[in-house]
Amino acid sequence: MTAFNEEKLAEILSALPPAPEAWVRAAQELPLLQQGLAQIVERADADEDYRRRVVENPEAALEEADVVAHAETVEILRRRLDK
Amino acid sequence: MDAGHAMGMRVEPTDAQIVARCRSGDHEAWNELVERFSRYVYAIAVQAFNLSGPDAEDVFQEVFARAYQHLNKLRDDEAIRPWLAQLTRRLCIDRLRAASAEQLEDEVEIPDVDDAMGRLDESMALHEALATLPESCQEILDRFFARDESYRTIGDALDLPSGTIASRISRCLTKLRSELEGRNLGAQAS
Repeated sequence: MTAFNEEKLAEILSALPPAPEAWVRAAQELPLLQQGLAQIVERADADEDYRRRVVENPEAALEEADVVAHAETVEILRRRLDK
Repeated sequence: MDAGHAMGMRVEPTDAQIVARCRSGDHEAWNELVERFSRYVYAIAVQAFNLSGPDAEDVFQEVFARAYQHLNKLRDDEAIRPWLAQLTRRLCIDRLRAASAEQLEDEVEIPDVDDAMGRLDESMALHEALATLPESCQEILDRFFARDESYRTIGDALDLPSGTIASRISRCLTKLRSELEGRNLGAQAS
C-alpha cells in the first residue's frame, strides 16, 4: 500500500466541520415533536372543547405537551388540526 | 472483552444497526443517527451547494424530518448514507430553484457537485475510521482538524499541556493511518 500523506489526511478530516449544535439538537428532538403533536391532535379529535382551546392558543397547547412552540411547529399543528 | 476493547479501540454500531433501532422507536438511536450524519448533511448544503445559513438550516431540518418520517421506506438499512445524500441534494436543488423563481430568473444555476460529494464521502469514510480510535485520539484530531481549534484551546478543554498537543496529534494520526491500512482507504488518501 502507498504511504499515507498526513497533509492529505488532515485535509480530508477538515472537510467535515460540525453542524451548529442547535440544528443538531432540533433534529434530534423531532421524534418528541412528532409525539407531542400526535397527542394534541388525538386529544383534539376526542374533545371539542380542547380543540377550541388549541385553535385559540396553539402555543399554550404545545408548551403543555413539552414541545417548543416555533412558528413552523405552530403551522404544522394548525395543518394537522384542519385535516 | 473483545480484542478491540482490550486495546482501547471502539466498536461502533453499523449504520444498519442504528437504522433498525430507530425503526423500533429507540430515541437514543435516533440521536445517534442525527449525530452520525449531521456533518455530512450540513457539508452537502453548505460546501457542495453553497447555501446561505438560513437556507442550509431549512434543508438540514427538512432532511432529518423526512428521514424520520420515511425511514420505513428505506429498502437497505446499510444504504442510509446514499439515501440521505440523495435527499439532501434534492432539497438543496429545490431550494435553489425556489430562490431563483423568487428573483424572477429564467434559469437556475445548479452547481455540479459530483467532485464535492466524492470528497465528502471520502471524509465520511475517514471519520468512520476515526470513530474506531480511542476517544482521546478522536477528540484531539476532531478538535484540531475539523473544529479548527488552537493548541491552547485544546489544551484547556482536555486539561493537557499545550506543548504536548502537537506530538499527541502526530501519534493519533499514526494510529489513524494504521487503522486505514486495514480498510484500503490509504490509496485514496496518499
